[in-house]
Amino acid sequence: MPAFLRRLAKNFLLRRLLAMFATIFLVVTLTFFMVRLMPGNPIEVYINQQMSLTGISYQEAQNQAASLYNIDLTSPIWVQWVDYMKKMAVGDFGYSFSSPGTPVIKMIVDYLPWTIFSVGISIFISFILGIFMGMYIAYKRGGWMDHILSSFASITSSVPNYLVGILLLIFFGVQLRIIPFSVMRGTAPAGVEPGFSLEYLWGIFAHAILPMLTYIISTIGGWILTMKNTTMTTMGEDYVLVAKARGLKESRIIVHYVGRNAILPLFTTLVMQVGLLIGGSPLIETIFVYKGIGYALSNSLAQRDYPVMQAIFLCITISVIFANFAADLLYSKLDPRIKSNVTE
Amino acid sequence: MSLNEILQLIRKDKVGMVGFFVLLGLILMSYVGPYVIPLDEVVRVDRIYEAPTLAHPLGMDNMGRDIFSEIVHGGRDVLTVAILTGVLSTLIAFFLGAFSGFIGGKIDTFIMWVVDVFLTIPRFPLLLVLAAVITLDNIYLLSGLLAILSWPPLARSVRSQVLSVKTRDYIEAAKLLDLGTYHIIFKEILPNLMGYVIINFIFSMTAAVYSQVGLIFLGLVPLSGQNWGLMIQMAWTRGAIFYTGSLAYILAPIIVIALFQWAAIAFSRSLETIFNPRLRGAS
Repeated sequence: MPAFLRRLAKNFLLRRLLAMFATIFLVVTLTFFMVRLMPGNPIEVYINQQMSLTGISYQEAQNQAASLYNIDLTSPIWVQWVDYMKKMAVGDFGYSFSSPGTPVIKMIVDYLPWTIFSVGISIFISFILGIFMGMYIAYKRGGWMDHILSSFASITSSVPNYLVGILLLIFFGVQLRIIPFSVMRGTAPAGVEPGFSLEYLWGIFAHAILPMLTYIISTIGGWILTMKNTTMTTMGEDYVLVAKARGLKESRIIVHYVGRNAILPLFTTLVMQVGLLIGGSPLIETIFVYKGIGYALSNSLAQRDYPVMQAIFLCITISVIFANFAADLLYSKLDPRIKSNVTE
Repeated sequence: MSLNEILQLIRKDKVGMVGFFVLLGLILMSYVGPYVIPLDEVVRVDRIYEAPTLAHPLGMDNMGRDIFSEIVHGGRDVLTVAILTGVLSTLIAFFLGAFSGFIGGKIDTFIMWVVDVFLTIPRFPLLLVLAAVITLDNIYLLSGLLAILSWPPLARSVRSQVLSVKTRDYIEAAKLLDLGTYHIIFKEILPNLMGYVIINFIFSMTAAVYSQVGLIFLGLVPLSGQNWGLMIQMAWTRGAIFYTGSLAYILAPIIVIALFQWAAIAFSRSLETIFNPRLRGAS
């Protein structure tokens, strides 16, 4: 192998990029076979349903199914697969069952940004707050703050997030009437022109407040506890002792020697968090009627709207894969050891 | 570490202790309770959403039935799914992970690639889509599916543990003595991984509770009978959150599930400090 090819093969970015596309390819293929070949797959079900409901011939029913799913059902399965992959590559997901004439891709463009917005901001807030609280109680170990925050964290991080959501709705929405939840359904304020006006921005924040609060409450505990642990472990490292012996300033040791090294292991969890939150969004968004991608998914499931379901699943998976990729790059920047150590 | 030492450490960690006893209590209530407390199935229209009394400590539900008896009877299916999923996924993960780490080479690379792909696909949406295609009408099918989706993280950890102990002297010695792969995995490597496996077992149990109650809440699992998840779903769809009198109906199952999750995780945290001496020294 020529030297430049060998270098290319060892390139971290390239390897990660290839792995990412391989995963996406595989997931798309899997969904194709899930919809086409599983026993009781939706296409068969649809054809049978149409035949018994409207009394049309198998041929006609098959044609209808073919146009809905964008698949030519008469050609061999591998030709169908190639065809399907081509269409997916250009974002042609076919049309929705339940709202005929709506291209699935349009629904995704409408719904996905809201989920990315609410989940993204929540993760950011919860991560930052959690890290500071975790570090704080690691230094003030055994104090009253430690007891309160640790117990709070251990409870909130273990309760399923959708139950936290229901509890928030019950107490802040219905019983105490602090948050007017019924006007806050949906994602954007009614009757306000979308744009960078203060009123609109405030509106979309207000509408996302309950889902975001749920995400933050259910993830912050994890950050607090892990940060407390990693900080305590890092405090015992030799280089921290040496830094102290060298008479470095306390603040410098806390931030640069302990803090930076204690945060590092948390980044892998950060990636998993993105996947978990977007993955759990069908539940949270259904509870608050927040019209993001998760809401759209659980709606399409309830209506057995397979093209939409399939496309949204792909979409969620691909966003998570991209998030993973971005986090990997970030992590390799933060910890140069990852990059040089190609073989693991 | 001897059993005595472990017991001593558990006694020292009060939160873990509480977790352990709550867990034990919930398991007893769910498996033994139904034989002691009969399920109240009498519809009483005049006693809908009655406030808690001594005879009915959690009040009455939307049809005037005793909520407490429903809670006692609703745990078995939820916990069975959790335990079965935990056992199955731990078994798959342990065997695949140990095999992969042991054999190395191309097969190892392939298995780890599968694990990577599994780990990147968000589990809950995949489960939702699968639930729309497969009819999950019994708890064994549900546990099987949950287990198939939840083994990868543990498999990877087991593999890396196997890799790290594989080259240790005592394994080399066992190999030289020609003790066989079976002996090496079960007698030399497994005891070292025990803490790890138990903690992961608990985690996959809590993950199974999350997923199954979530699925039930969205109405995607046509399960019947008494079940905490079904209680939440019923109370939610009947609008129990909107009145003060009906709150017990939705809060009771939420609280037992939350309690179970908290207890399991608190207990596993205290196990973690037992198996990881570094944490013990720090706290």
